[in-house]
Amino acid sequence: MSYIIDRRLNDKHKSTVNRQRFLRRYRKHIRDAVNDAVNRRSIQDMEQGERISIPQKDLSEPIFHHGQGGQRSIVHPGNREFNQGDRFKRPEGGGGQGSGDGDASDQGEGEDEFAFQIDKQEFLNFLFEDLELPNLVKRHLEGAQVFKTRHGGIVSQGMPAKINIVRSMRQASMRRRALTAATRKRIRDLKNERDALLKEDQSPQRQARLQELEELILKLERRVERIPYLDTLDLRFNHHVKEPVPVSRAVMFCIMDVSGSMNQNMKDLAKRFFLLLYLFLQRNYDQIEVVFIRHHTSAKEVTEEEFFYSRETGGTIVSSALKLTRDIINERYPVDQWNIYAAQASDGDNWNDDSPACAKLIEEELLPKLQYFSYVEVMPRAHQALWDHYQMIMERHPAAFSMAQIDEPGEIYPVFRRLFKKRMEDA
Amino acid sequence: MTYLSEGSDWNFELLADYDAAIADLAHNKFGLDTYPNQIEVISSEQMMDAYSSVGMPVGYNHWSFGKQFVEVEGRYRRGQMGLAYEIVINSDPCISYLMEENSITMQALVIAHACYGHNSFFKGNYLFQTWTDASSIIDYLVFARNYIADCEQRHGVTAVEETLDSCHALMNYGVDRYKRPSPISIVEERKRQREREEILQKQVSELWRTFPQLQPAIKTREAPTTFPAEPQENLLYFLEKNAPLLQPWQREIIRIVRKMAQYFYPQRQTKVMNEGWACLWHYTLLNSLYDEGKVTDGFMLEFLQSHSQVIYQPPFDASFYSGMNPYAIGFNMFQDIRRICENPDDEDREWFPEIAGSDWLETVKFAMQSFKDESFIQQFLSPKMIRHFKLFQISDDDRNDYVEVGAIHNEQGYRRVRESLAEQYNLSIQEPNIQIVSANIQGDRALTLRHQRSTGRPLDDNSASEVLRHLHRLWQFDVHLESVENGSVIKRYSIPPAPEANTET
Repeated sequence: MSYIIDRRLNDKHKSTVNRQRFLRRYRKHIRDAVNDAVNRRSIQDMEQGERISIPQKDLSEPIFHHGQGGQRSIVHPGNREFNQGDRFKRPEGGGGQGSGDGDASDQGEGEDEFAFQIDKQEFLNFLFEDLELPNLVKRHLEGAQVFKTRHGGIVSQGMPAKINIVRSMRQASMRRRALTAATRKRIRDLKNERDALLKEDQSPQRQARLQELEELILKLERRVERIPYLDTLDLRFNHHVKEPVPVSRAVMFCIMDVSGSMNQNMKDLAKRFFLLLYLFLQRNYDQIEVVFIRHHTSAKEVTEEEFFYSRETGGTIVSSALKLTRDIINERYPVDQWNIYAAQASDGDNWNDDSPACAKLIEEELLPKLQYFSYVEVMPRAHQALWDHYQMIMERHPAAFSMAQIDEPGEIYPVFRRLFKKRMEDA
Repeated sequence: MTYLSEGSDWNFELLADYDAAIADLAHNKFGLDTYPNQIEVISSEQMMDAYSSVGMPVGYNHWSFGKQFVEVEGRYRRGQMGLAYEIVINSDPCISYLMEENSITMQALVIAHACYGHNSFFKGNYLFQTWTDASSIIDYLVFARNYIADCEQRHGVTAVEETLDSCHALMNYGVDRYKRPSPISIVEERKRQREREEILQKQVSELWRTFPQLQPAIKTREAPTTFPAEPQENLLYFLEKNAPLLQPWQREIIRIVRKMAQYFYPQRQTKVMNEGWACLWHYTLLNSLYDEGKVTDGFMLEFLQSHSQVIYQPPFDASFYSGMNPYAIGFNMFQDIRRICENPDDEDREWFPEIAGSDWLETVKFAMQSFKDESFIQQFLSPKMIRHFKLFQISDDDRNDYVEVGAIHNEQGYRRVRESLAEQYNLSIQEPNIQIVSANIQGDRALTLRHQRSTGRPLDDNSASEVLRHLHRLWQFDVHLESVENGSVIKRYSIPPAPEANTET
C-alpha cells in the first residue's frame, strides 16, 4: 500500500537557518573575500553576489582516521597489464590512496578550496558590516509618497459599510432618554397621584379625577412610544484617515575636481569612492538623490556621465564648487527635509588664496546644514594648502567632517571603512 | 495488455498506476516484504534541502548542514552535479522522495528502486532489524530538533553549537557495536529524558565525590581500581555518563548525537548490499513489467540507459575513478547469485556448493537478510565477478619504497582479492580502533584513550589532535591518546599538549 503526496508546495527553504549559521561561523573568511572583491571588481557590478572561497582545511570537521603509512591492502578494478608480484613506485600523494573513508573521498579533485555563492544582499551586508552613517537621524514627511490608513475617530457622516453599530445604538439610546425624560417624569407623577387616589374613599370627584388621570397617562405613554427607536441622526461611522508615512531620504553631493591635473586614474579612484558611498547610503535611506558637481575654475552641476568621463583643463578653484553646493542646498534641499551628505574628491590642487575661503565656506555655511562631509585626496604626494586648512576643520568638527588620502585602488575600501567606522563616542 | 503510459510526462494518476503495477509484482510475484510506502513528490530545491540534512526529513540546526547545503547548491547551479533521483528514509511508513523534474520512466525506476528495493532491505536486513527502529525514528528526530532548539534558547546558540561540534567529531565512536538498544516510544523518551537528567547528575556527583563521607565506618581508602573496569569503545556513551562537569542538557545532546550515529550505523555497513539489492529489484521489476507488455520500448531504452550509468564501474586509471562503485559491485553480485542458482557451471559448483542450483529468490533473500557488506563479499564474491571487474590487489607497505601487486584475477589470486575487498568494507578495520582505557578518578581526572594499531597504520596526526581537542572540551580535564602497537606506546597525543617536547617514546 502506498500513499503519494505532493510536497512541492511545502516550504523549500528548510536549510536557510543552517546556511545562516554557516555564514555566521565563517564571517571572517567571507569578509576577507568581500574586501578582495571590492578592490578587484569594476564598480558597475558592485551590486552583485560574490563567490566565496574558503580553504577546505579551515572548514574541516575532524574525525579520527588513518594517516599514511603502515601495511595496507587495496583492491582496484580494471586491471589490464599487472601480474602478481609486479612492483612499482608508490604513486605520489592522492591517486588511489584515499581509502573509502576520508572526509571527502567522493568529491574528486580540487578539494583544497571550498567555494560557494553569496547573494547581493549578503554581499552588501558583509561589505558594510560595522559601518555606520554618521548623524543618521533626520526623518521627514515626504509628500505624496507612501500613505498609511489610520483610525481617525467616529463621525456622523459616512457610508453604510462603515457604520459603527455600538456607537450608533448608544447614540439612539441617549436620544430616546433625553427626548422622553420630561414626559416620563410626568407619567411617574400622574401614576403616583392615581395610586394615592386609589387609596382614598370612593367619591364622584375621585372617580372623575381617576378617569382623567388614566386618559392622560395613556396619552403620554403613546407620546413616548412615538419617539423613533433609531433615527438617522443617531448613526455613527468609523472614520479612517490617510497619513503620509515618514520616509527618510538623503541627498548626496559628489564634488570632483576635473582640472587638468586630475588624470583618468585619479578620477577612477574618486569614482569608486563615490560609488561605495552611494551604495552605503542606499542601504540606509529609502530615497536617495545624487547631485554631481564638477569644477575647475568654475563649478557646474552635471549628469553622471559627464561627471565621470568628460575632461576639462584649467586651473582650480575649489570654493566655486562649494558655493554651488550651498546654492543648490538652499534652492532645492531644505535642511529640515533632507539628510545631506557631501563627498569631495580632489588632487589637492587649489589656488593658494582660495583655500582659506574654502575652509570658511565649509565651516560657516555648509557644515551646519550637512550630516557629514568627507574629503578624499587622490594624490600620492605632499599635501598642499587645502589639506592643511581642512585639517583644522576636522579638529574642530570631528563628528561631521573627515578626510583621508587614497593612493591606489586597494586603499579605497580601507579608507572608506575608516571614515564610516561605527563611532562609539557618538552614541 | 495495454501500456501504462506512452509519453514521458507524469501525473499523479500515472504514478499511482505504476506504483500499483510494481507493488503487485513485488509482493505477489517475488514476495518482497516491505513497509507501507509514503511517496513524496518534491522540487529540486527541496531535494537540495533533503540532501544537506543527510536525508532526514526533520533535523536539528547546525552549521555543518548549512555548509553541505551551500556546497550542493553551488555544484548543482554550476551543473557539476546532478541531483540524486531519489532519497529514501528508513522509517515506517518508508518515505521516498521523487523529484518533479524526472520523467515517468525515472519515476517508475525510482519507485521500484526505493519503494520496493531499499524498503524491503530496511525491513529485512538483520542489522536494520537489530539496530534501528523504523517506527519511532521520525518521532525521535522531532524530539531531538525541539530539544536542541530549546537548548539554544536557554543556553545560547554558540554553546550548543560547540557541544554539537564536539559530538560530531566523535560520532563514529558513539555506537554500540555489540549491544542492541531497545526501542522506546516518544512519550516515554520525553519522560525518561527528564528522569535521566536528574539521576545522571546525581551519579556523576557520586563518582566525583571528593569529600570523605560524614558517617564513615572508618573505611580505609580502597586501593585505586581502574575505572572504567573494561575498555570502552563507545566514547560518547562514556562521556555522557561519566564526564564530570557537563551540564544535564549537554549530556542529552551527546545522547541525541549518539542515537543518530546508531541509527546510521547499519547504513554505513551495508552500502554495497543496500544499493545492490535496490538495483537488482528495479532491474528485475521493470523488466517484468516489460515482459508483461505494460511498458513501451522507449520506456525500456530510457530506463536501461540510466541503469547502465548507475552501475558503471570506471577502471582504476580513469580520471574520474573514485574507488569501487557500490551500485556496480552490489548489483552485479546479486545478479551473479541469481546466475549461480539458475545456471551454475563447474566452477560455481566448486566454489558455492550450497547455493548452486538452489531457488534463486530464496537465496538472494537469504543473502540480503543475513549479511553486511564485509561478510556478503567474503561469502558471495565469485571468481567470475573478480574476472568481470578485473580486480587486483595492491599491497602497500611503508617499509618498502614500492608497492606490490599482491593478487590479480587468476586462480591463485581469487581468495586474496576477495578477502582484501571484504576487509575494505569492514568498518572496524577501516576506522582506527580507539577505546577509553582509564579515567583517573582518584587523581587529576585525566582521561586516557588507546589506539590499537593494526598492521602498523598510524593515526592522521592533525585530525587526531583536533578530535582530541573536542574530546577535551567535553571531558574538561587532561586527555591523552596513546597509539599502541604490540603492547608498546608508539606515539602519545595530549590535550593540553605535554610540556616537554619528547612525546615520542
